[in-house]
Amino acid sequence: MAETMKLEIFRYRPEKESEPTFQIYEVPFREDWVVLDAINHIKEEIDGTLSYRWSCQMGVCGSCGMMINNVPKLSCAVFLKDYYPDKIRIEPLTGFPVERDLIFEMDDFMTKLTEMQPYIIREEGEEKPLEEGEYLQSPAELAHYKQYSMCINCMLCYAACPVYALDSNFIGPAIIALGQRYNMDSRDQGRDSRQELIASHDGIWECTFVGECSAVCPKHVDPAAAIQRAKVSSTIDWFKDVLIPWGKKK
Amino acid sequence: MSTYLRPVPNTWWLKRKPYILFMIRELTSVFVAGYCIFLLVLVYKLTQGADAYGNLMVALKSPSSIALHLITLVFVLYHTITWFNLTPKILVLYKGEERIPQGLVAGAFYAGWVVVSVIVAWLVLGV
Repeated sequence: MAETMKLEIFRYRPEKESEPTFQIYEVPFREDWVVLDAINHIKEEIDGTLSYRWSCQMGVCGSCGMMINNVPKLSCAVFLKDYYPDKIRIEPLTGFPVERDLIFEMDDFMTKLTEMQPYIIREEGEEKPLEEGEYLQSPAELAHYKQYSMCINCMLCYAACPVYALDSNFIGPAIIALGQRYNMDSRDQGRDSRQELIASHDGIWECTFVGECSAVCPKHVDPAAAIQRAKVSSTIDWFKDVLIPWGKKK
Repeated sequence: MSTYLRPVPNTWWLKRKPYILFMIRELTSVFVAGYCIFLLVLVYKLTQGADAYGNLMVALKSPSSIALHLITLVFVLYHTITWFNLTPKILVLYKGEERIPQGLVAGAFYAGWVVVSVIVAWLVLGV
């Protein structure tokens, strides 16, 4: 008989239940299947009502993040064989309101992402006309922020962050890392306009450096480090303000 | 559409080992702060004269005091080692275009720790 495996999946259908439940599905075990393959098999062959997000199946789009045995992971990057023969428990990413089954609401993330202004900002009068070409940058200047630019907005770091789960006002790891990404970009001049958000109470100072955001990041962005480095530069700002109030910041 | 927000139990930190280790680290801060206060008391007793300082020294030799100091030592060591290991994440230093290796940054803290410990041992033991 072919080998099988059990998946215990979080179900929430707001039109028929007020509390979530768990449903166990039995799927064929295949060495080359990732968890997302098994969930796709359920959707196609067993239960078409199961809802979840996915797209690229290659760890690039960041859509298929789920709690897999309580750890936030991209379901396209986790092999069944690493859990076989045990049952795998699958839930939506923690910290977010659940819309249906494994689909969670990401409005809060999207709003904060916009507020961070994650794009290159030039000071007034500093913008070059298009015909003058690109803003040039050396490989060394690129190396300063490249790591933080690898984020795919999968939100695994939010699900790993107990601070965000306990207080959703926290701006959170990925978005602060993204702010830091632009602050460290030699072409950018928008640090001051991001600083109000980054250095706010709901920004970097809410972080207690649990460090799990960096541990679960599939792209090795290391948002925990980005936040701690932002704490250092914000503290330097504060000292400059206090010690040399007549001096110009920067 | 009505969404469902899962409650976070007070025991959230017991669910995974990294969270437990984090909470232990948070707890160690209490011992670090406690020992700082203890050192201040020690200085205060010095200002109160030889008798007051001598009485405290006698009290410190009790088994319960020694046990408390040993427990504090373990927690302070845990705090120090985990902190030193985290420093390269925060102190990102470059030599020219090359980033200074993380091990070297943490290693500098450990080296500083050894140097300070040797100086303190030399002052206390006089050897």
